[in-house]
Amino acid sequence: MPRTIIPFGPQHPVLPEPIHLKLVMQDEEIIEAIPAIGYVHRGLEKLTETKDFNQNVFIVERICGICSFKHALAYCQGMENLMDVEVPDRAEFLRVIWAELHKLHSHLLWLGLLADAFGFESLFMQVWRDREKIMDIMEETAGSRVIISTNQIGGVKRDINEDGLKKVVKVVDELYIDIKNVEKVFLDDYTVKHRLVGVGVLSKEDAFALGTVGPMARASGINEDLRTLGYAAYGKLEIEPIFETDGDSYARTKVRIREVFQSISLVKQAIDKIPEGEINVKVKGNPKGEVISRVEQPRGEALYYMRGNGTKNLDRLRVRTPTFANIPALLKILPGSQLADVPILILTIDPCISCTER
Amino acid sequence: MFNMVGNIFKNLLKKPVTRNYPVSKRNFFKGSRGQIKGVDISLCIFCGICERKCPPTAIIVDKKEKSWEIDPFKCIICGECVDVCPKKCILMEEQYASPSIKKEKHKFKQEIKKAI
Repeated sequence: MPRTIIPFGPQHPVLPEPIHLKLVMQDEEIIEAIPAIGYVHRGLEKLTETKDFNQNVFIVERICGICSFKHALAYCQGMENLMDVEVPDRAEFLRVIWAELHKLHSHLLWLGLLADAFGFESLFMQVWRDREKIMDIMEETAGSRVIISTNQIGGVKRDINEDGLKKVVKVVDELYIDIKNVEKVFLDDYTVKHRLVGVGVLSKEDAFALGTVGPMARASGINEDLRTLGYAAYGKLEIEPIFETDGDSYARTKVRIREVFQSISLVKQAIDKIPEGEINVKVKGNPKGEVISRVEQPRGEALYYMRGNGTKNLDRLRVRTPTFANIPALLKILPGSQLADVPILILTIDPCISCTER
Repeated sequence: MFNMVGNIFKNLLKKPVTRNYPVSKRNFFKGSRGQIKGVDISLCIFCGICERKCPPTAIIVDKKEKSWEIDPFKCIICGECVDVCPKKCILMEEQYASPSIKKEKHKFKQEIKKAI
């Protein structure tokens, strides 16, 4: 049987964002996958050089729609380190609360997309219905559903009052029960297991050598979570590391579902321990010098590099996003798998192409 | 199996999760950022802070002409202008902007008082 090349993407029902893969096939089996990215490049890194360093917060938020808060968090933390700004305690706890809510809605979105990818329409609807509760509290506390724009250099812009915090606890408690019900379907259902168990196995050695990050690495047994470094208020909260050792699609699903419960617990812990006080401090002067800032995003580790030259414009802002680090792993697990499994394999790395191309 | 029977009865008694859109509309939360409606021009002092802080440069303030102009198609509704305004005269509305067929800018002008 001669080899054929099947183009996959950039427009494909299962892909939320454009990525193109040339799949070299022999019968139904994939021999090689050749990726092509560059469909949504917007030149945001260059744009940040023309704007004021305070305005850049809004630009980096728009790198990614799903983890926008964490992009702003990485940028603000880096700039605060560079300019020696001490952030008030309450602001750090508020940042953790919003960051974990973002992680929750990102993982719920992913679970829905996964259900859609293996053709379980009603499960997809169910998960997204639960996600809507998070979007509502995001709008109520921050003013917008997705790009919440509450971060600024030196703290946060909005405060959540006592009633607001109580409502957040109530909603995440409800969500806990909802997701417990959905978890049974994702982890125990015969059909779902059939599509996930043993599909796209990535060994621990490969995951380490290819530099995978986030849930992808944790599903292969690499126990690394940047939140354990204790940035923002994470140092004052209890974080249990989550990892699985199988390295297949089922393990990746399991890691993300367990992370949903971890995020719910972190939100509740943060609300328990939140102190009273100021929420931001005034920042004076311009940034000078260079700094690297890393945060844990829903998809893995994001790395920010900033260099200031003493004026209000930055010399350089460089972003390395988690999906960029995970694409080599995708190319590793594709060869040898069946064409029908390709949508699930692409989804299990949780691709965010807008992040990758900026 | 029995779980499913329970669910069927629950769903028969429950209200639908979705909204019957034109009849019942979604209420916006207080303080949500929908659109910049404009400016209370009688209060505006034309300091131009909003123009300098606006990330996409959607606002143009003319001190001589005493005018304040916003391009709603450029605006990213970050709310920065509302926060920095010293007179708090920029109006944020919770309802998002309706679609439009023309790319119009909203201009507000203060009458220049003539010297007596």
